[in-house]
Amino acid sequence: MSESLIKNHNERLKVLIRKRRFWNIFLSIGILLGLIFSSKIIDINASRLLSGLPRLGDYVAQILPSLETNSLFLDSKTEGSISYWYFNLPKYLHLLFETFNMALVATIIGSLIALFLSFFAAKNTAPNSLIYFITRRTLEFFRGVPEIIFAILFVWALGIGPIAGIIAMMLHTTGSLGKLFSEVHENSDVRPREALKASGGNWFSEMKFGLLPQVLPNLISYILLRFEINIRASTILGFVGAGGIGQELYLVINFNYYEEVSAIIFLIILTVISIDILSGYLRKNIIEAE
Amino acid sequence: MTDKDIMNLHPQVFYPLWKRSPLFILTLISILTYLIFSINYFNFSLNDLLNGFSKMKPILISMVTWNDFFTWNFNSILIGILQTLSMAFLGTIAASIVSIPLGLLASRQVVKISLPRFIIRRFLDFIRGVDILIWALIFVRAFGLGPLSGVLAIFVADTGTLSKLYSEAADNSDNKPIEGLVSSGATKISTLRFGLIPQVMPIFISQSLYFFESNSRSAVILGIVGAGGIGLQLSERMKAQYWDQAFFIILLILIMVAVIDRVSRALREKLINE
Repeated sequence: MSESLIKNHNERLKVLIRKRRFWNIFLSIGILLGLIFSSKIIDINASRLLSGLPRLGDYVAQILPSLETNSLFLDSKTEGSISYWYFNLPKYLHLLFETFNMALVATIIGSLIALFLSFFAAKNTAPNSLIYFITRRTLEFFRGVPEIIFAILFVWALGIGPIAGIIAMMLHTTGSLGKLFSEVHENSDVRPREALKASGGNWFSEMKFGLLPQVLPNLISYILLRFEINIRASTILGFVGAGGIGQELYLVINFNYYEEVSAIIFLIILTVISIDILSGYLRKNIIEAE
Repeated sequence: MTDKDIMNLHPQVFYPLWKRSPLFILTLISILTYLIFSINYFNFSLNDLLNGFSKMKPILISMVTWNDFFTWNFNSILIGILQTLSMAFLGTIAASIVSIPLGLLASRQVVKISLPRFIIRRFLDFIRGVDILIWALIFVRAFGLGPLSGVLAIFVADTGTLSKLYSEAADNSDNKPIEGLVSSGATKISTLRFGLIPQVMPIFISQSLYFFESNSRSAVILGIVGAGGIGLQLSERMKAQYWDQAFFIILLILIMVAVIDRVSRALREKLINE
């Protein structure tokens, strides 16, 4: 009895192992082929990598500030002090404020448009399937095209400046939040809406009293998440002239103002991390309050 | 029961809006104030915007009129797409390989002392704070123009995120297999190999696949700062105002991304079911 059990078990284990081994070999061969193929295409090899590494080290050494411990807190005229490193701080802060505002405005307007469109992009709230289809495809397009491509286009049309960046980010925000919002709508409980319908409520009050109260915490949490993403995006849109601190960063990297590169990058990191922490805290509270 | 009786029964429902939800009104007012402030701050004028958009009309029209379609340089576009995919692939693989030890070292499950974990996590936060495009710009400075800088940018940026996700997967793993191995006298290495790795490997692989998807998107834009690939082809055509070809490339990118999404989703589902 027990012997046959063990035998049975062994048999099953063997099949399992064989299946797993097949998968492992399949995956390894796939990855290996991919590696060979792709390193051929972009002409990468060990010697190029190795010759580049010291240059990378040099570059990092150049952009890092030369701080000296005994003059760390002296004024901006003394070499080796923090204020010498950050002599341009007022300008950076001004640009950082602009970056922050770009992200915030784009998030607010984008999520309002997304909220409006999401009712037409959710199966259970769309008036008919044609509108549903069109809205979905439109959102997909705005989500699929990278925002920096939109930014290039709008910089060309509207001129250099933050407005182009805001519109680019807004479009992308609309695309991705519209999809997320519509999915939240689709997963919502249908009973409150049915009750409102049964007691004679129209479509508008159905949405306002039956749908929004249940989905709002989720929506806000998605909006906050999007705000984090937009803060990151707005730091780089300046590369193509769409405003924010990215424009200055692009400039100092290309003109080799070495220490300013690290100064700006550290500021960006500080901003991004603090916004992430703040928004993470808010999101956690919203979800817990639910 | 008349309407009045119902209103007397639940008076709080029929308060005026500002009394029922002051928070809502407050939020609305602050958002409106902020938007008015930002109109001033950005010197926004509707006139300029409309002017700009009217300037865009010929662009939009030329985007969809493909007159000399058969004379376009499809070869360079194809190579661009292959380069972009290769960049994404190499970057993801390299980042995944480095992230396995880094992620395990940053996990509670493997390293019990908190100091090294703390250091690694802050280091990863630091990497994640810098956008991939900034990394690309730095690598282009150090390694010169070309896809190699793109691969390295993806590698560095992804190492920051993947290691964090890997460490979280290891944190959430089941303790029992590990305890079983420890109690039967296994060494530290074989505890990891047979207790932890079998649990987390499917998650690691599916996350890497997911990152390959998102990298094939980000590799597109790396071309704009000089890291080659389809992004370079696109931005060159946009600079030269070949809007028709630019739009064609954008469509190709959308198709490429959609196909990769499908394939990778199918693979991930297969992996999770295994």
